[in-house]
Amino acid sequence: MRKADLIMALAMGIFSIYLMWKSAELEIGWIDEEGPGGGAFPFWLSAGMLLCCIWIIVRWVRRETEVSRSLEPFMEAGAFRLVAVVVIALTTMVGLTHWIGMYLSIPLFLLFYLRVLGRHSWLQTLSTALLAPVVTFLFFEIALRKTLPKGITEEWFYPLYDIFM
Amino acid sequence: MGDILGLLLGGFAIALEPTNLMLIVVGCAVGLFIGAMPGLGSVNGVAILLPVTFLVPPTGAIIFLGAIYYGAMYGGAISSIMLGIPGASTAVATTFDGRPMALRGDADKALVTAATASFVGGTISVVLFTLFAPPLADVALAFGTAEEFALMCLAFATFIGLGGDDIPKTFFSIFIGLVMSAVGLDIVSGQPRLIFGDITGFLHGINFLVLAIGIYGIGEMLWTIETSQKGVTVSQANVTLKRIVEGFKTMGATLKTTVMGSFLGYFVGILPAAGATPGSLMAYGVARSLAKDPASFGKGNPEGVAAPEAANNAASTGSMLPMLTLGIPGSPTTAILLGGMVIWGLEPGPMLFIDHQGFVWGLIASLYAANLFALIINIAFIPAFVWVLKLPFTLLAPLIFVLCLVGGFVPTLDMHDVWLMLIFGVVGYLMRKLDYPMAPAVLAIVLGPLAETSLRQTLIQSSGDIFVLFQRPISGPLMFIAVALFVWPLVKILWDRRKQTAK
Repeated sequence: MRKADLIMALAMGIFSIYLMWKSAELEIGWIDEEGPGGGAFPFWLSAGMLLCCIWIIVRWVRRETEVSRSLEPFMEAGAFRLVAVVVIALTTMVGLTHWIGMYLSIPLFLLFYLRVLGRHSWLQTLSTALLAPVVTFLFFEIALRKTLPKGITEEWFYPLYDIFM
Repeated sequence: MGDILGLLLGGFAIALEPTNLMLIVVGCAVGLFIGAMPGLGSVNGVAILLPVTFLVPPTGAIIFLGAIYYGAMYGGAISSIMLGIPGASTAVATTFDGRPMALRGDADKALVTAATASFVGGTISVVLFTLFAPPLADVALAFGTAEEFALMCLAFATFIGLGGDDIPKTFFSIFIGLVMSAVGLDIVSGQPRLIFGDITGFLHGINFLVLAIGIYGIGEMLWTIETSQKGVTVSQANVTLKRIVEGFKTMGATLKTTVMGSFLGYFVGILPAAGATPGSLMAYGVARSLAKDPASFGKGNPEGVAAPEAANNAASTGSMLPMLTLGIPGSPTTAILLGGMVIWGLEPGPMLFIDHQGFVWGLIASLYAANLFALIINIAFIPAFVWVLKLPFTLLAPLIFVLCLVGGFVPTLDMHDVWLMLIFGVVGYLMRKLDYPMAPAVLAIVLGPLAETSLRQTLIQSSGDIFVLFQRPISGPLMFIAVALFVWPLVKILWDRRKQTAK
């Protein structure tokens, strides 16, 4: 925990300096007749972020907070593995969406999660994985008229558009 | 007074339209379900389901989300009592006496007490809301940009002065939320700013929903996955009509506590940083200190269930008061509702009471109805909700992730936002583990655009004199209170240190 607290504060400190630098691309001072420049608001707030990070680090050095004293691991090994697998699966799902569209990436994700992580029966897994995209299509595409990304599967939907739209 | 009654009746005419009535019933049921799931509360439900409400007009959408908010407050008690794990942070105090009651075989009594107390809390608070909202909105109509900015400072200051979280980390959370709200096109000059490496996705700004779904959808699920690895045991509830009727009879005994909890919860709920969780804990504390036999608390005293449950429902209504009248949300959930209003094309604030009377009064009337339906559904379907608790989390979690993915995409139809949501979810989860509070950031990204506009306009009018904020009759006192709240924790630290060295 103690190490993680410092790393987070340092990372966020660097991030705030980056934000200050980016904000400064616009005028951060006072423009006559116009008031504060467009960069002023984010610049001074990012400066505030930086100050907070320094403050957090000072408290870390003096061991004033509970996390900065805690020598427990940031995450248990088992929990870390589980969360990491879930995050990777999520990232893969979002990444695949660009290529094969939501209607394939969602069932793939569900298939993996339910069968591998959840150890559910094939019946439960398959019915959920197949039903979810159908419900999604009916609700979002038909009822809400929002087009979801389909990637290479776009053509498969032409007959469906003919029926519903 | 007659005016208010007339407007309220008009509101009921809207809330009881068939579609809206159906939305209330469905919203209550969904809210109860979400509240009953360990780890998920009103804020998660509202964040994840907001994109779904694009299907209906704004009035229907807010009625639906309001019903979820209420239902979740009722539902939180179910898992607190049956599992001993709070269904949402707002139901933590309910475990103290609800769990012992369940363990000694009175689970049904505890559930009925929780439901009836929630009903009383909800009803008292909606009545208070109906009486307070119109006059407050009238006052707020006179507010200029300086007052708006002062109010927002006050909202953020409550997180510092009353939030109880790590102070630099709370400040950080507020600042980063405000900076994120500044991404996109500068409102005055129209120039693009903070569009990291010319990624066009940043040009339309960072939608607050991306942050809200990231933190309260993805981040929350990761959090629950990590913390719920251990198995849990579900208590048996023996529910028969006879025992439910008996449960109602004990209501008289807890009525005084319930009413106390309702008033306390309502007023605590109005403060942005406080809200339902501290409100219910405070109500529990007060109930214990006022009781004749404080020792029986924590061992299954029904009053210990009634007080926090009345308070958390009352607080959820309380937090809607500043949201509707001032445009300042009183809780993370109402912050998301407020952001929703912007998406629906409504301008939050006192003008709502003039320009969109149907919307405001429809919502208020729907809260009366939602309260009643939540009570009925809750008691009638206790066995169903107990069954919900047995649903494997590995079935629910992936479905919620999928809903987050689609929900993150739909508002802007941009995959860029989905990636951003994923990043916010993971980073937010890691930061939460390190005690960074998340609610201030969500509030800040919703209020940010308004805060910047009002500050810049105030500065232009005063030609750069920031102290004008302290000189105007209404914004002055607000700013002084805000500054006092900002400084208060520092004073306290110094005071404690002096006391220690004196020793």
